[in-house]
Order: sequence, then C-alpha cells, then structure tokens
Amino acid sequence: MMKELIIAGFGGQGVMLMGQVLAGAGMFEGKEVSWLPSYGPEMRGGTANCHVIVSEERIGSPFVSSPDVVVAMNLPSMDKFAPQLKEGGLLIINSSLIDTEPERKDIRVIKIPANELAAEVGSDRAANMVALGAIIEKVKIVEVDSIIESLKENLPERHHKLIPLNEEALKRGMEAARD
Amino acid sequence: MADKILMKGNEAIAEAGIKAGCRFFFGYPITPQNELPAYMARRLPMEDGVFLQAESEVAAINMVYGAAGAGARVMTSSSSPGISLKQEGISYMAGSELPGVIVNIIRGGPGLGGIQPAQSDYLQATKGGGHGDYRLLVLAPQSVQEAVDLTMEAFDLADKYRNPVMILGDGMIGQMMEPVEFPGETSPEELPKKEWATVGNEGRKANIINSLSLQAEKLEELNLRLQKKYKQMQEEEVRVETTKTEDAEYVIVAFGSMARIALSAVERAREEGIKVGLIRPISLFPYPEQVVGKVAEQAKFMLTVEMNCGQMLEDVRLAVNGRCPVYFYGRTGGVVPTSQEIYEKLMELVRGEK
Repeated sequence: MMKELIIAGFGGQGVMLMGQVLAGAGMFEGKEVSWLPSYGPEMRGGTANCHVIVSEERIGSPFVSSPDVVVAMNLPSMDKFAPQLKEGGLLIINSSLIDTEPERKDIRVIKIPANELAAEVGSDRAANMVALGAIIEKVKIVEVDSIIESLKENLPERHHKLIPLNEEALKRGMEAARD
Repeated sequence: MADKILMKGNEAIAEAGIKAGCRFFFGYPITPQNELPAYMARRLPMEDGVFLQAESEVAAINMVYGAAGAGARVMTSSSSPGISLKQEGISYMAGSELPGVIVNIIRGGPGLGGIQPAQSDYLQATKGGGHGDYRLLVLAPQSVQEAVDLTMEAFDLADKYRNPVMILGDGMIGQMMEPVEFPGETSPEELPKKEWATVGNEGRKANIINSLSLQAEKLEELNLRLQKKYKQMQEEEVRVETTKTEDAEYVIVAFGSMARIALSAVERAREEGIKVGLIRPISLFPYPEQVVGKVAEQAKFMLTVEMNCGQMLEDVRLAVNGRCPVYFYGRTGGVVPTSQEIYEKLMELVRGEK
C-alpha cells in the first residue's frame, strides 16, 4: 500500500509541520516515508505545500504529481491541487476558510471546520492538527499513537506543554471526519 | 541497530561529514543548500570544530585549500552559481593534490538561474569544471540515506587519492526528508596521519603544498601522475546500480533523484509486460561505461532521462558506442519530469520499435 498526499495552505498554518509529523509517524511504524517541501520564494501569508508519501514498499518518486489525498487549508490550495487528485481521491477541505464547492465530481470530499474545532480546544493555531486527525481517520495510514510520538520528536522541548492541546485537536479532527 | 531519524538531505549530509571526522566547514549561503551550513554552524562548535561563513565562495574554497593542506578533513557546500565561483580553488586543490569534499546541491541555470532542482551541472562536475587536465571523483545520491553513506565514503576516497571529491545532489535531495541511519563514527584522532601535510617541519624536510610549476617537464610529470590516479579511480571506484536489466529490451539510464522517478516508470511498464530496465550510475566520474556498454549489447534502445538538456547523454553515447540507439528525455530550468511523462516517452519509443 502506498499513499501519496499533498498538504497545502497559507504559510504560517503549519502545513509543513503537519507533513513532517505524518512522515515521522510512518517512520515509527517501520514504513517507508518521504517528505518534500515546496521551497519557492514564499513568505508568511503566501502559499506553502509539502508532498508526503507513506508506503509499505520502497518509494520511487518523492515528487507527488497525482495524489491520493489533498488537504487544502485555504482556497488557493484547493484551486491549485484539487485538479491533480487521482480519480476517486480524497479532498479534505478546511471549511473554516473555504466556502466554495470543488468543481470535480469524481472525487470524495470531506469538509472540516479546522479553525473552529481548534479554537474550541484552546487555540485555532492547532487547526493543522485537526486536519491531521481527519487524514488519519479517513486514510488509515498510521495510528494516532504514532502521531503523538512523532509530535514529541518534531516539536521543540519548549513547546511540549502544548502536546495535550494538540492531542485534543487531533481527536476532534478524527471525530469530525467520522460523522 | 541505531534508530532511524527523519532528516532533511542537507542536514543529513552535514551530520555525515561530522561523523566522518570533518571538523572544518567553510561556505557562503545560497538556496537550496542553506540548511547544510546552518546545521554546521550549530553542530561544529559542539565538536570543537570550526564553522566559518566566508565573505565569498572564492574565499571559502581557498580556506578549504588551507585546511586540507594542513591535513584536516574539510568540507564546503554550495549550489550551482556558487560552485562556479569555486572552480578556480577546486582546480588548485586538484593541482596541489589536496583532499576535500565539495557538495553541489544543483539549482536551475545558467547564470543566477532559479532555485528549483536541476542536474545541469553534470558536465561541469564530471569534465573538470575549472582549468587544467584534472577530474573530481563525483558521487550522485538518490536518497537521503545514500547521501549520508556517500558523503562518509567521500572523505575516505578524498584521502585515498589526495583529490577533491564532489557530492552532486539537487534541490530535491537537499530539501526532502527521509529516515536515515548513521552507520558509525570516526573521530579526527583515529584517522591515519598525512605525512605530506604542512604541520610544522621540525626534524624533517619541509612539506610544500603548491600547484605552481614553471618547468614544463615537471608539470608534465605532475599531470601524468594525476592521470594515473584517474585511471586507478576508473579501475577501483566505479559505482552503479542496475535494476531489471538482465532480460531488458529497453533500458533507461538516469542518475540521482531522477533515477528514482524513472524507476516508478520502469515498474509501471514492467506491470504491462514491457521488458524495461534501469541503469543508475552512482559514480559519475569514474563513469560506469563498461556496465552501460555491456547492457547496450542486448538492448533495442537506451533512453537517458535527466533534469537538463542532455549532458550525461554524451557519456551514455560514448559507452554505448553505436551498439544501440540512444534517446533522450529531459526537463530543465527547475522543472521535474514526472514518472508519467517518462512512461509516455518510453512507450512512444517502444511503439516506434515495433
């Protein structure tokens, strides 16, 4: 099994970290993983994205051109990456910031009000973790425990007090995706 | 077994250098390799090493020359335009027979170019680059783990041949994160002593590190000695990986990150019963010409795939030497060919054969 994802949003929304935590979780489970960032001349408020692959087999191209999953944290990201999704692929939309419908009818779509759900658990900056919860609920590539383990590795020590909040945000994302 | 850690290519190369006993890094910033010097700036002081951001690439490579002359394991890194600036110093290192590791994380060119991944410095890296009749040993990793392994090996090879070694990556190798393991560690104290180094000459004749030689016969002698080294490299240091070439009718040749993208195309064609194989040169100099030549005897054609306009293509044609047609597919300027594009090009050529 190989799952290829593109995770995209505004610079500052934590999309790079989301991808790193996911790749790290896959690694803990002994899977093959790769994480490739966009590194154009981007700035805060501009767009950022990363390509993540989690696989049972050796990974060929780390560059994802037709993803199984696209996570769009803002509208420009949906416009740019939804057209690249595989037929039957999954589009996860941050409905807190996107109120338009995707044009494609041959894909699965789930809408997660990531910012609102994150605000409910204490900080809308955890919107990325809500979206990550939605990913692992729907795609089943890694276990939630591995995500929490990976989060510890990826967050600097001084932010470890935020891990319970992030855990809560993850769970809210998983619940929202289950509905 | 050591635990795997998720690391960016640039940072993993830096750590590999430290694990290989490198304690000196001189560089100047340029995208997409900035994480490498940034990592060295943080890590080297912990190992009592020296990180120095020079005033220019020209200064940095001459600091590398100095540290190498004093017998230290030393490293620098840059990306394409910065590597062009370093060519004079690299030629001097080759002429003075100094070991050192130079990392080029290629970006699109020519000129200042862009910052996205490319392979358009292949000819510069493998055919000399600077002036004079010299070669670098050039190693091209396709993954972060291989970047670690080759970087550590590069220091041993540089010392073995007293010659600069280049690690040739691209923006993708530098920027991507993959799980890595570090195979071991060498401390500078454990390394064999370099009897030729300029470390103070008490009790013996002075060692001299120099590439100036005004007597033609003496300079010819040096050149012949260098050529002997390059010949030895061709005999002992060829590194190449072949995948599914045993029964291949069609063969793709690609190096570095391009090779793994090409492998996805090979696997897809194989699923459809097309007998395709892949040759991945790991050492670009010395080039695996014997392997390419031998596989060409059974192949209906070869397809070279690169992120440039056809540079390694010349080496493939030389190695194939007319045994089969050699075609080319590439994207350039920072555009990364998809496995779909490579697959389509391959199938178009296969249909043309039938």
